[in-house]
Amino acid sequence: MIDLQLLALLLTPLFGGGLLAVFGSRRWAAELNSLMSGFTFLASVLLTMRVIDSGPQVAFSEQFFIDQFNVFLVALTAFVAFTTSLFSRPYMRIEQHHGKLSTPMLHLYYSMYQLFTFTMLVALTTNNMGIIWVAMEAATLTTVLLVSLYRTPASLEAAWKYFILCGVGIALALFGTILLYFAAERVLGEGGNALLWTHLNQVKADLEPTVLKLAFVFLLVGYGTKIGLVPLHSWLPDAHAEGPTPVSAVLSGLLLNVALCAVMRSKVLVDGSLGTHFAGNLMMGFGLLSVVVAALFLSRQKDIKRMFAYSSIEHMGLITFAFGMGGPVATFAGMLHMTMHSLTKSAIFFAVGHAVQKTGTQQMEHIRGLLQVSPTVGWGLILSTFAILGMPPFGVFASEFLIITTAMHEYPWSTPILLTALGIAFAAIFGKIQPIVFGETTAKPLPHPPALIPVFVHLLLVLILGLYMPPYLANWYRQAAALLG
Amino acid sequence: MPMSYTLQFINLLAALLLLIVFAMLSQRRILSLINLFAWQGFVLALSTFVVAYTTAQHHLYYSAALTLLLKVLVLPWLLHRLIRKLNVKWDVETLINIPTTMLVGIALVIFAFNLADPITQLAQGITRGLIGIALASVLLSLLMMLTRRKAISQVVAFLSLENGLFFAATSATQGMPLVVELGIALDVLVATFIFGIFFFQIRETFDSLDLTHMEKLKDD
Amino acid sequence: MDNPEQILAILFQLTQLMLVVLLAPLLTGWVNQCQAWLQNRSGAGILQPYRVLHKLFLKDAVMAYNASWLFNVTPYIVFGCMWLAAAIIPIIAVDLPFSQAADVIALVGVFALARVFIALAAMDIGTSFGTMGARREMLVSFLAEPALLMVLFTSSMISHSTQLPRIVEALAHHEFVLYPSLAFAALAFLIVLLAENARIPVDNPGTHLELTMIHEAMILEYSARHLALIEWASSLKLFAYISIGIALFFPHGIVEVGNWAGLPLAIFLLLLKLLTAGAGLAVLESLMAKMRIFRAPEFLGTAFLLAVLGLLIHFLLGA
Repeated sequence: MIDLQLLALLLTPLFGGGLLAVFGSRRWAAELNSLMSGFTFLASVLLTMRVIDSGPQVAFSEQFFIDQFNVFLVALTAFVAFTTSLFSRPYMRIEQHHGKLSTPMLHLYYSMYQLFTFTMLVALTTNNMGIIWVAMEAATLTTVLLVSLYRTPASLEAAWKYFILCGVGIALALFGTILLYFAAERVLGEGGNALLWTHLNQVKADLEPTVLKLAFVFLLVGYGTKIGLVPLHSWLPDAHAEGPTPVSAVLSGLLLNVALCAVMRSKVLVDGSLGTHFAGNLMMGFGLLSVVVAALFLSRQKDIKRMFAYSSIEHMGLITFAFGMGGPVATFAGMLHMTMHSLTKSAIFFAVGHAVQKTGTQQMEHIRGLLQVSPTVGWGLILSTFAILGMPPFGVFASEFLIITTAMHEYPWSTPILLTALGIAFAAIFGKIQPIVFGETTAKPLPHPPALIPVFVHLLLVLILGLYMPPYLANWYRQAAALLG
Repeated sequence: MPMSYTLQFINLLAALLLLIVFAMLSQRRILSLINLFAWQGFVLALSTFVVAYTTAQHHLYYSAALTLLLKVLVLPWLLHRLIRKLNVKWDVETLINIPTTMLVGIALVIFAFNLADPITQLAQGITRGLIGIALASVLLSLLMMLTRRKAISQVVAFLSLENGLFFAATSATQGMPLVVELGIALDVLVATFIFGIFFFQIRETFDSLDLTHMEKLKDD
Repeated sequence: MDNPEQILAILFQLTQLMLVVLLAPLLTGWVNQCQAWLQNRSGAGILQPYRVLHKLFLKDAVMAYNASWLFNVTPYIVFGCMWLAAAIIPIIAVDLPFSQAADVIALVGVFALARVFIALAAMDIGTSFGTMGARREMLVSFLAEPALLMVLFTSSMISHSTQLPRIVEALAHHEFVLYPSLAFAALAFLIVLLAENARIPVDNPGTHLELTMIHEAMILEYSARHLALIEWASSLKLFAYISIGIALFFPHGIVEVGNWAGLPLAIFLLLLKLLTAGAGLAVLESLMAKMRIFRAPEFLGTAFLLAVLGLLIHFLLGA
């Protein structure tokens, strides 16, 4: 049984949230935050080992369900949450030193950070399609006050937009969930079991196709708002640009994945019921649109965090496209890309965060010559930019390569579109990052040493995975891909 | 074929719900908007109660009670307190064009009924047609969010959207599992609190609750 | 003609005709009296409309210098239309001989005919008030008529007939059923009733303020017996509208032709309903303020919206 590991995984961040709600103003709150995230990561490792050993299983009267697919996301989430907490310790100190944040704000930040981790882990591990919704909504609620943490007009606007748009989106997802329950009830009968994914998965062929079709449209639009799929993306750049950098890192690296996981769970059911490629086509359409639109918007950005937010939209679009294509290779590639994107994008936000602190602005035209003041930040930024742009030998290259070759094989018409979009994105990002890193400087030294270990740890992982994929990891991904069909 | 009186009553309540959403859509005064929201909650609670009575599902009594408590008493009370504290009790929304909104609203209702039609065909007995009305009120609330420029009316629209969803859940599918419903209720309550915090932050920063001030973030 | 059933039916028809034409001013008087009470006035008594009619009939008519024959015949046509309409509606009994002549849509046409004549007559004199009143009247009715038709369609959908007797039978002579669509239609009908009968909040029958008047502006030039006929016709119109409302939404108690035994009860119920409706109208008018003429489209738009919603709900819920 995996009850113990699961309990540890879920209760640690919840308990941490409670602790930090009480002690969030203390000087050692940042350390406590990292400690709790570390424990969560440890629990996730234990859980992962258990699941890899003994396969998918349910826990707590079937309310939770762990298989290879979500345990991989659990591990990823816990890991990035941990490294982000390490990064945020010095980062937030510097922000406080600069007078941008007060102690009560930090108090809020720490407790919400733990609760946010908790909601994401619940959304990932729950077996109940209704609870997924509740947890996703709770994830919005915990982060919305973090986006407006600085209380500037722009951050308030961004947070309001985030709240309203995601609120509406997620409300549509609830309607989808209700429709799903409506269909399930007719097969599984009334009561709690009719929303349990494992039960639904067993009877998916009997679910009413017309209802499920409509339900999936609502679920995709709803959770798609959270993923940041075009045209539902308009909250994403604002929230990423105006919130504190650690929040941008976890939003981009984790929350988007969790929303995508919810969509994937629904897709499995809908595919089983319809027997057609309806869900996949819809996802491919949204994905492709997101890739193209985001790539076009990239070159027009002036704000560095905003630019990388658009890059997140692009990559989430790519992953959605890959999952939409379906089949073992594409799904494998999608999951690999999910991992690579999470690691790389959070590394980028770490580096960008410190770069912004050094120069005091997010406007790219005023950030110059990072290498001169701080070679570590500069190298971190340029290397992670290379990684996200899909340069070999980083892992993003491998996953993008896999996605594009599959697309070439299955849907040849999409390849030129994808390649053009990726080319535009490359030119846009590289052209803007290059003068930021090299050239004359405007930056000032920081009052606290920056936290760059997480950046390089992430990059190292991405590099290693790009060069050599350990067989057990590949096997694990393959199993997860098989589950998703 | 005569329908049972309870079913007729639920149909009547569903129609009433739709009427209230339309009334909200055309209501310019914030105070009346909140009162309408409370009425909507009341109709919702009543219909949940009737469904609970008809189908003899005990957990629906709880959700009826929860609705009554949360949506008729707590949330309107919170909103009333908020508008009193924010001094916007007599605010009037001037920008909405009511006849056009109404026409779009009717079009949305027709669209929703059409969309729900295949489901309506499937449903038996009590649920017939109610999904269409629920979907229509969800879409109308969305329309309301689009047409409003004041923070509070947007929030009321958001809550009314949630009411429409809740109606879909209780009347059309005879209630989601209780744990899910409790989670949803908790989310809504927390969301309202956060909205309240937001109102104060927005007013402190912009000196008004008009969202037209908050249209600076754009990709130029 | 020697068929006793037919004679009976004609007797019923005649009873209704006389009842309506005699009771109509009483209804107007009752509404005015209720309003007086609500406003803490003693009022002129419910018989006041009869006195006014009597006074007007005794006077000599003054005609405008340039009035044409149209101006002259309009009061008779309007009065005739309204009386005809009141004869068609099942007020005390269904299946009256006249009711075969026209269904609800034709009924709307009869009202429209009267309106066209009164508007033409108002413009005939060439005064600015008359023309303005006619224009406003046309605006209001142009908006009210579709709403009224929608209301009638909803009722017709439920009873599968546009014949008023069938509609009444479908509702009154079956098991009691709650129709949400009819609730919507009733609300819409109420708004149409207020607008078409020149009541507050669309028009105010009690004032002659040039900025606001609609109906009164059209009949400013009439005097004596012409004015009496038009006033009487207005009373008849209000009576007819309330009767339509009763027939569509509260038809219980209307008897079949030939049921002499049921007739006293039918008339008693009718009087009760009329009294309630009149009092309700007075309360409504006292509670509301006259709205600006520019707001009238919004108000009537609401009626249309409600009627359409009723129709849609009928389609969706089958009720």
